[in-house]
Amino acid sequence: MLRIENLTAEVDGKPILKGVTLEIPDGEVHAIMGPNGAGKSTLSYALAGREGYEITGGAVLLNGQDLLEMEPEERAAAGLFLAFQYPVELPGVGNANFLRTALNAIRRTRGEAEVDAMQFLKLARARMKELSMPEDMLKRGVNVGFSGGEKKRNEILQMALLQPKIAILDETDSGLDIDALKIVADGVNAMRGPAFSALVITHYQRLLNHIVPDRVHVLADGRIVTSGGPELAHRLEAEGYAGVLHEAA
Amino acid sequence: MPAVEETLDTVRDATQGAYKWGFETDIEMEFAPKGLNEDIVRFISAKKNEPQWLLDWRLRAFEVWKGMEEPRWPAVTYPPIDYQDAYYYAAPKKKDGPKSLDEVDPELLKTYAKLGIPLKEQAILAGVEGAGEVPADGARMPVAVDAVFDSVSVATTYRERLEKEGIIFCAISEAVQKHPELVRKYLGTVVPHTDNFFAALNSAVFTDGSFVYIPKGVRCPMELSTYFRINAKSTGQFERTLIIADEGATVSYLEGCTAPQRDENQLHAAVVELVALDDASIKYSTVQNWYPGDENGVGGIYNFVTKRAACRGKRSKVSWTQVETGSAITWKYPSCILQGEESVGEFYSVAITNNHQQADTGTKMIHLGKNTRSTIVSKGISAGKGQNTYRGLVRISPKASGARNFTQCDSLLIGDLCGAHTVPYIENRCMTAKVEHEATTSRIAEDQLFYCRQRGLSQEDAVGLIVNGFCREVLKELPMEFAVEAQKLLQISLEGSVG
Repeated sequence: MLRIENLTAEVDGKPILKGVTLEIPDGEVHAIMGPNGAGKSTLSYALAGREGYEITGGAVLLNGQDLLEMEPEERAAAGLFLAFQYPVELPGVGNANFLRTALNAIRRTRGEAEVDAMQFLKLARARMKELSMPEDMLKRGVNVGFSGGEKKRNEILQMALLQPKIAILDETDSGLDIDALKIVADGVNAMRGPAFSALVITHYQRLLNHIVPDRVHVLADGRIVTSGGPELAHRLEAEGYAGVLHEAA
Repeated sequence: MPAVEETLDTVRDATQGAYKWGFETDIEMEFAPKGLNEDIVRFISAKKNEPQWLLDWRLRAFEVWKGMEEPRWPAVTYPPIDYQDAYYYAAPKKKDGPKSLDEVDPELLKTYAKLGIPLKEQAILAGVEGAGEVPADGARMPVAVDAVFDSVSVATTYRERLEKEGIIFCAISEAVQKHPELVRKYLGTVVPHTDNFFAALNSAVFTDGSFVYIPKGVRCPMELSTYFRINAKSTGQFERTLIIADEGATVSYLEGCTAPQRDENQLHAAVVELVALDDASIKYSTVQNWYPGDENGVGGIYNFVTKRAACRGKRSKVSWTQVETGSAITWKYPSCILQGEESVGEFYSVAITNNHQQADTGTKMIHLGKNTRSTIVSKGISAGKGQNTYRGLVRISPKASGARNFTQCDSLLIGDLCGAHTVPYIENRCMTAKVEHEATTSRIAEDQLFYCRQRGLSQEDAVGLIVNGFCREVLKELPMEFAVEAQKLLQISLEGSVG
């Protein structure tokens, strides 16, 4: 269970999150929607512990553990995964090497045995098949020369390998065509189960047709202004943020 | 690829940021008096029992040197060096050449152990009987070691096995005695005694170094290796290395360097000459981690080295690979003179400067023969207040029709107090030649680090991964044994440079 209590955060001294409260029980998928500048990306970076996103108040607990006390890598080991809106390129660093290094770093912290190269390849190949990723993507530099869709699928591959407790998907649908969108959604849906929960951040209803959320929250001006079931996303699509926000206010 | 994983593992037990090889061996030393004059040159030559022609050559070099000035063009700064305030000869006192382990100074063995010379090779270095046999299960490629301990090459291993192939691998002082005709034929023919200030100095006072001769058509069955080490206080080290690959011969040579921690700066002015005849191939790999000085820039080695290869024969090939992580100042341009038609020169370099280190390094590719080719891949990494300059020359003479060069210079900056500079000279006097130059400068971006950490990697591991990725094209040129050590060194050299 991820619990966010009255979280406030600022960037460059400017308050962005103004008291976010949210609970995502195990096994549930929640969506956060909201207009540009509402603080959606800030929320995901603040949860992952990125430098420059200063927490000024509130608490974040993952299964009772205080995430805010942890370094980014410790949060990752605790089971928090962030699928980046813009996955970063690492020239010269082989994708397979990166994925295995990450997997083993997390396994070590969890006290699990490391996987060797052969075990890893087997694991990675199986997952890649599910995501319709060509195998040569393992050999290429991390995200280097990947198309927008390939980058996003690579994020989902990492998620599938690292098996997080909670995944935050930051606008994973942006830049995806409908086929890629479906593959990515299938990847997330395949993870769904009692031990996995997700926070899907998106602008559009479109992704939520494929990943059907248990709850939908609307973030505006640094606060959750209204919450509801999947039907809320449909209403937003139909009426736009203005109508819904007006009603909430 | 799993090597990086190993890197991460190995580094975990390494000490934080400190120079691991900072120890000093307490052995009785034999010194020449301080200072430099003709008598010292004569003293060194006499100590080595050299023939007259070599003494004459040294004296000519000394005369030339006296009229020369230190080069001022490198982008490095350091206080003036007092050449009269140093010892030019220091040798561990010998007791008639140790033949068994008991006779070898245990301090010397300890030094080898700290350097990470494998135990078996230590025994061989110490001359223990039977130690030189290659293990039957030998999955590992044997490495022949010629250790230069200060000025004297203490022992040479695997010599017998090499002798069977007709390969000569010994100290250059020994080669002067046993193979004077070869030494005389090639010494100073690639780097003349008049070449530059430091090469002239080296020619006058060189004390030892390695000599390799690979006969016609022989492929050297093992990697040849030298461990250089500066130990005594205020001794300059002036090695002279000469490697000759005769027609159709192939050899891979590894050079590794460490020096104990010290406050005074120490001068290291080596000369390496390589000669490749028709169809011969020489691969020369260096991992240099001389003491770089402390985080305030106190101490450290001045590494002023002249390395040059003559690709004299048709289709000959010389490949330089260097990983330069140490030294307070590095001044070094391993070069190739591509004389033979279709000869090939390669230069792969990683240079790291952290804290107050300065490096001005690069290469010269001189295309003289037809259809000669050269490749330059240089990766400079600057951190702390380090200054890193790539300086390179590609010269294509009018006769070198069809010559080709490809140059790639990439710089990586860590932090905002360091500097990276690229100074490429291209002189093309041939219409049919092709010269390409690519250069990039980048930073380890905050988003790269955060991305790695979000995937569970620590900050240091993330830097290591990114830097190793940046250097991958060069590291893959290194022999396996060296590649792992080099990756480890890269990460250790950069510890504490981020965040």
